[in-house]
Amino acid sequence: MRTSRLVALTAVSALALAACGGGDEAADPNGEITLTINVFGDNFSLPDNRELYDEYERMHDNITIVENRSDIGTHHQNLQARLTAGSGTADLEVIEVGQVSGFIGQPDKFVNFNEQDVDTAQWTDSTIQRASTPDGSSLIGLPTDIGGLAICYRTDLFEAAGLPTDREAVSALWPTWEDYVATGDKFVEATPDVKWFDAAGHVFSGILGNEEETYYNAEGDLVVEDNQAVREAWDTSVQAIQNGQSAALPEFSPEWNTGFQQGQFATITCPAWMMGYIQANAADTAGKWDIATIPGGSGNWGGSYLSVPSQGANTEAAVELAKWLTAPEQNIKLFKTIGNFPSQTSTWTEPEVANYTSEFFSNAPAGKIFPASLEDAPAQIYGPQSTVIGTTFAGALNSVEQGTDPDEAWDAAMTDIKAAAGEG
Amino acid sequence: MSTDLDHRGASPEEESRRRPAGAPSPRRQRWRSRLYRLDLKGSPYLYIFPFFGLFAVFGLFPLVYTAVISTTPWSPRQPGSQDESIGLENYQNLLGDENFHNALINTFGIGLVSTVPQLLLALGIAHLLNYKLRGRLFLRMGVLVPYITSVAAVALIFNQIFARDFGLLNWFLQPFMENPIDWRAEKWSSWLAVSSMVIWHWTGYNALIYLAAMQTIPYELYESASIDGASRWQQFWYITIPSLRPTIIFTVIVSTIGALQLFAEPFLFDTTRNSNGGSERQFQTVVLYLYQQFWTNGRYGYAAAIAWTLFLVTVVIALVNFLLVRRIRSAED
Repeated sequence: MRTSRLVALTAVSALALAACGGGDEAADPNGEITLTINVFGDNFSLPDNRELYDEYERMHDNITIVENRSDIGTHHQNLQARLTAGSGTADLEVIEVGQVSGFIGQPDKFVNFNEQDVDTAQWTDSTIQRASTPDGSSLIGLPTDIGGLAICYRTDLFEAAGLPTDREAVSALWPTWEDYVATGDKFVEATPDVKWFDAAGHVFSGILGNEEETYYNAEGDLVVEDNQAVREAWDTSVQAIQNGQSAALPEFSPEWNTGFQQGQFATITCPAWMMGYIQANAADTAGKWDIATIPGGSGNWGGSYLSVPSQGANTEAAVELAKWLTAPEQNIKLFKTIGNFPSQTSTWTEPEVANYTSEFFSNAPAGKIFPASLEDAPAQIYGPQSTVIGTTFAGALNSVEQGTDPDEAWDAAMTDIKAAAGEG
Repeated sequence: MSTDLDHRGASPEEESRRRPAGAPSPRRQRWRSRLYRLDLKGSPYLYIFPFFGLFAVFGLFPLVYTAVISTTPWSPRQPGSQDESIGLENYQNLLGDENFHNALINTFGIGLVSTVPQLLLALGIAHLLNYKLRGRLFLRMGVLVPYITSVAAVALIFNQIFARDFGLLNWFLQPFMENPIDWRAEKWSSWLAVSSMVIWHWTGYNALIYLAAMQTIPYELYESASIDGASRWQQFWYITIPSLRPTIIFTVIVSTIGALQLFAEPFLFDTTRNSNGGSERQFQTVVLYLYQQFWTNGRYGYAAAIAWTLFLVTVVIALVNFLLVRRIRSAED
């Protein structure tokens, strides 16, 4: 009797241990497949609108798509950790353009799209190169959208401050960023309760959007500290803060979201994808927004790639979905529903894109404004930690907004950047 | 334990009762007695094995592995870097790292501001709950509600309370202040905000522990004290506190360890979620700094060194704590 109890106990422990080590079995291609996709923003859907996934599920009866959203920092950190650990990634993972070069050093961890029958000629060379290994043999992600740059502004707040509201006239207010700051001075003088822009970090990103070399040079060295362009962008942003133009809302935070609803600021640096954020954050402000050209006339901020980690159980189905989601037709649809601008240059001249006007933004011709801003935009150079460096600058400018001495904030940012990216 | 003893007492009789009926061979009998000895000597180890097995896998192994990693420059962006060894260089760098010093100061600061009021408050609440009150069970369970609320939910509410632009607290302070307080901008204000979250979360838990201990104090002590003319306060100070000494030691040590490992509250209080603990690390704790170095900066080796340093600091602080708290009223024992 005692013996059997002992045996039973041992058996139970063994069973418990065995249960810990279960493995995934190979999936049947025609069986039910759940594809997971990890995103960091409104990449393919809005919080209340997943039309695109629904459409794909209707076309493929056996496929269910599950999207997980997190913020941009956490998203990329998790992806790196799960790649290192060898398990846990989603079937599809979005990678931001500022992070992608940190992942191309690990091409074996991703499905190589060069071997997946993709027509890479639909994108510009520089777009493809950014997600390719240096020798071009491996392409770890397909380009989704591209930022472009504009300034979104509140016509009602402009009117209250006695500024013009017509988008041509507004664009003429700021041929350069200095003019943008000078206009801001006039604005905050007229309506002291409303600020000129949301956060200085976004002015900073806007200015650098028109620079080819920012944090890294073409050789991949960290040049941020000695780059005059970065320092000038910093100084302009600091000037605007000191003139009382910033609402000092940390980017992508809940306070920032509230700022849209409460009309705490009149303008925002507006890549095409920002249109999605504005519409999602403050649906009640529909019709009060308009879009003007970016100071400097051109530039780009952001854009993403869709990758398929090779550790996934359903890479084949995932590749199909990735190809479909990044195809021109879907990119055009996303532009019209969310605002994300298609990365394929061929789509820009199609009437569906070129003639598109957004009702939310007072029928602004978004389909013309964004391609125009991209026409003369330089092919930006990104390094492995570009996004993290951008976030560090946003934080440092936020500390200036909170009252820190700008030079101290700059020095602290340099130390942080070296810690974040100095080791390669 | 008691069941174990029962078995031991019962089994020989059981054995002897069976023997005549079955009449087993001597060999079988030897086998049986060997099994019996094994059961007696071996089964206790088997019973505690699950704990030590799990501890080895989830406690000891990570501890040792972290120590190994801390001697490498491992970064996921540099293939092969996990196999290099740089000795104690990470620890050397850590000693001169101003951000680490800042994180240590923040951790101790927030730890003090949160632990001391929290335990005093818990003691007071426990004392009040120990009186004969109407709806006592309801009240006693009530103090536990903040504890069973998830930190994320607590942070959500406290972020609203301590918001700069449309915050509840700034709304209350409006008549007395010229400008709204930017709670995250200064060290003192952010420490206060983070500490208030910790206090909110843990006070009820500690109060219940104190209450449980208070109920074991014999009523006669209070009775004779009051016959001798001791006031309520004197009773609290000369009877309750000394009787609670082991419990106070326990809560102080547990709270201190918790304070040193503070992460969720400061992480969630920085609404940008970049684990910087404020725009210039106003409330970045050691674990938050560790998290940032590991996740955001991909410095696995450096983060491991932070983890081990924190472990050593925790052990030292816990010991100091223990020695200090042991002196509470010990002169009278």
